[in-house]
Amino acid sequence: MPLSARAIRTYFLLLTFLALRAFGNLCLAWGTKHLPETLAADPLVYLRSMLDPAIALGIVMLILALLVRLALLSVADLSFVLPMTAVGYVLAALLGRFFLHEVVSPQRWLAVALIFAGTALVSSTPQNTTPPSARGMIEGAK
Amino acid sequence: MTWVLVTVMVVATALSDLLQSYEMKRAGVQSVGARGVGRLLRMIVERRYLLLSIVCLAFSFFAFMALVQAAPLSFAVPASAASFILETLLAKVLLKEQIGARRAAGALLVLCGLLALAR
Repeated sequence: MPLSARAIRTYFLLLTFLALRAFGNLCLAWGTKHLPETLAADPLVYLRSMLDPAIALGIVMLILALLVRLALLSVADLSFVLPMTAVGYVLAALLGRFFLHEVVSPQRWLAVALIFAGTALVSSTPQNTTPPSARGMIEGAK
Repeated sequence: MTWVLVTVMVVATALSDLLQSYEMKRAGVQSVGARGVGRLLRMIVERRYLLLSIVCLAFSFFAFMALVQAAPLSFAVPASAASFILETLLAKVLLKEQIGARRAAGALLVLCGLLALAR
């Protein structure tokens, strides 16, 4: 596969993953907020809640997001994928603001920005620092 | 209640990741192909720690569901990043991973973000 086609495939998978997870979370939030009962320690309440169309859709989207992430990890390094998926924290704040009409204070935007920066930094460190017995082929990519 | 849910979610996520990382490193390098997925599924059933990690993941997810019901989405998702701090600590203590300056700085930034989120 030529490099550009591989890059396009990688970014396509990345965008699909980000969208699926962000909107999956949104569906889940919207669905649970409109439930007549409060989710507590009772498993039955959870099972019943999964019959709600918005919650079911959210769960399906999150499962798909997990599968797309697996496909993404097969074509891209984890050290590329993790900082990119940190964008999800910003997306969650944006979706909450526009679709759920949440009030996001300047301080909360700052918090989201710090968490985004922090996770991106944590994720960009070397993948494997444990003894060589566990080392795969990732080392050769550096 | 919000903070109880955040705690359950974060501790369950950290435990799940820790168990997964520990058990998968013991299992050695895995391929992700059509046959690889089948083998992965069998491994999950066979290896106790992996199964336990899935149970933790389920707890974390149900706590997240209850959290997005009670708290804003713009709070719940960023709050889940607290697992990075716990995982960094546990990875150092239990998995003997070396925490470099960058990873420590990242965990610190996340901590600052959480403090800003909490107020």
